[in-house]
Amino acid sequence: MKKLLSLIFAAAVMLSASACRYQHLNDGEEETEPQTLTVSDSAYYERFKNDGISINVYNWGEYISDGSDGLLDVNSEFTALTGIQVNYSTYATNEELYAKLKGGGSSYDIIIPSDYMIARMIKEDMLLKLDYSNIPNFANIMDKFKGQLYDPADEYSVPYTWGTVGIIYDNTAIDIPKEEIDWDILWDEKYRDSILMFDNPRDSFAIAETLLGYSMNTEDSVELKTAAEKLKEQKSLVQSYVMDEIFDKMGAGEAVLAPYYAGDAVTLMSEYDHLSFAVPKSGTNLFIDAMCIPKSASQKEAAEMYINFMCEPDIAYATTSYIGYSTPNAAAFEMLDDEVKNDGISYLNDEYIKEHTTVFANLSDSANQEMQRLWTDMKSTQENEKNKWLVPAFLLFCIALSIGIIIRRYMKNKKDIF
Amino acid sequence: MKKTLISSPYIVWMIVFIVVPMAMVAYFAFTDGNGNFTLEYITEVGQYSNIFVRSIWLAAIATVICLVVAYPVAFILATMNKRHQSTMLMIVMLPMWMNFLLRTYAWMTLLGNNGIINTVLGYFGLGPYKMLNTQGAVVLGMVYNYLPYMILPLYSVMVKIDKSLLEAAQDLGCNSKKVLFKVVLPLSLPGVTSGITMVFVPAISTFIISRMLGGGSNLLIGDLIEMQFLGNSYNPNLGAGISLVLMVIVLLIMTIMNQFDSDDEDRVLI
Repeated sequence: MKKLLSLIFAAAVMLSASACRYQHLNDGEEETEPQTLTVSDSAYYERFKNDGISINVYNWGEYISDGSDGLLDVNSEFTALTGIQVNYSTYATNEELYAKLKGGGSSYDIIIPSDYMIARMIKEDMLLKLDYSNIPNFANIMDKFKGQLYDPADEYSVPYTWGTVGIIYDNTAIDIPKEEIDWDILWDEKYRDSILMFDNPRDSFAIAETLLGYSMNTEDSVELKTAAEKLKEQKSLVQSYVMDEIFDKMGAGEAVLAPYYAGDAVTLMSEYDHLSFAVPKSGTNLFIDAMCIPKSASQKEAAEMYINFMCEPDIAYATTSYIGYSTPNAAAFEMLDDEVKNDGISYLNDEYIKEHTTVFANLSDSANQEMQRLWTDMKSTQENEKNKWLVPAFLLFCIALSIGIIIRRYMKNKKDIF
Repeated sequence: MKKTLISSPYIVWMIVFIVVPMAMVAYFAFTDGNGNFTLEYITEVGQYSNIFVRSIWLAAIATVICLVVAYPVAFILATMNKRHQSTMLMIVMLPMWMNFLLRTYAWMTLLGNNGIINTVLGYFGLGPYKMLNTQGAVVLGMVYNYLPYMILPLYSVMVKIDKSLLEAAQDLGCNSKKVLFKVVLPLSLPGVTSGITMVFVPAISTFIISRMLGGGSNLLIGDLIEMQFLGNSYNPNLGAGISLVLMVIVLLIMTIMNQFDSDDEDRVLI
């Protein structure tokens, strides 16, 4: 027995050791020239050099270049340049960020919410106005990303990345030309149990609403209900409702269709040849994640310096190359390979963006609640009726339990008499 | 006096981290956003009754399976040679050394349509069967994750049962079946009840298992509460209302369990 155990253990150790070596070899192959950093105005970054201050940055998970693949390690470069320490932490959804800020007790200096969440935070007075004279690199941002609906006067935010939602599909299972793929493919009976869907109401409703010809920002109760019906219709075809799990599921070939963000599609496609990405012709959502400073910030000027640093062409280039999401930074865009610029995934032509994409607006509280309620309702209704006997069974169980207790009591009392 | 002094760290801990949060949950559940008293959120919980029923049902199934599987294991463990006992106990605990999330994630790769189980079955010309994203997978995840919590209390009670009691019963003419039902089972009831509580309570409030193995369409109470805080609309009041109802349900079930427990415990103690 002991021998067997040690044998298994030894085998496990050897396996993991060889796995390590394999990985190491791989790394060696991909070695490229390491990126170097030049900044526009190094005197500007020296201001807090010896003050020993630190800022708290709260960003999406896997949303910054960490120094791998020969790219710059953004946060440590910032510390080296300015002497400001960066405390970096991450969140998974806009709503998580909102709940964290709303709950109080946190003090972040930089947050990077998406468009509709910025609008909501501005409305609820949760953000500080930026001093754009401290952010000269704001000039690098493309004009088409300025003056967006969520921050019309450009007072609170500086765009960090943007992207669109499209359909990631398995090109071995679907032989429709890319241009003809539209949202209705997610309702196609042929792909039953091979479809993944967003596990958040806003993105899912947007798809249903586009399909129905409604606006993605509708607050109309009837339209929301119709969209929910549409999603309910789809439910029996959907394998599961997921977010980042699609990386594993699409990669392993568990599913053949999944709507997701273009930036993640780029990452996935670079790893798996069998995956492709289609931008639906009937229109889609364009999202912009932008840097903001929340009311609770304690180091506003240092935070503005960080925002300015993020807009440095070299840094923005490292960011977009590492995370795969598109950059709104004109100077960084120029640095990209032509192949990336024209791939039709990360950077769509201006005409399509103008005609067919919509940026999410902040919905009213009541519309948000209605959407949440419809979403819960849609997810919790069971398609198959086999659970009809659930309630009766549960009642029976309760009754049996109570009878059991009464009988026990009775028997015990009887025993006590003797 | 001394007793209170010694226990004061825990009392402080309890007040700060248990009593105060509970009071806050109750406060949020019965007030609206502006702090006015309302029953709206408690009544709103009613529309999610199907989710409650499903959670209780799945947690109950998982608990029963755990009990059925764990009872013989605990008995065998308790009657084993002392030296082997500690080794076996370690093996029971072994899965718990790994992170909970990782363990559950592993099941995703095992159960998937192209997963390991279906691939192996495929060699024999079977399947593929749809295993992931079903209620069965959720129950499996619960059983897998919480089984040690059933085995350990059962084992710790059974190991204390005096062997001479079993021998006496056999001397007085009990066959092995009778020994089990008349001696071992009643004496191990405290272990059964605490095992059931330790499995049922986390199982009914889990959300990550149903999210990962249930495919997002088998919502449980835990998912519902999470959605109120991290979903589309930030609604802590409704979240607190649902939590409160969940706590009451758990309280009810624990009271029922205690009914079984108390009178037996008295007898054992005497």
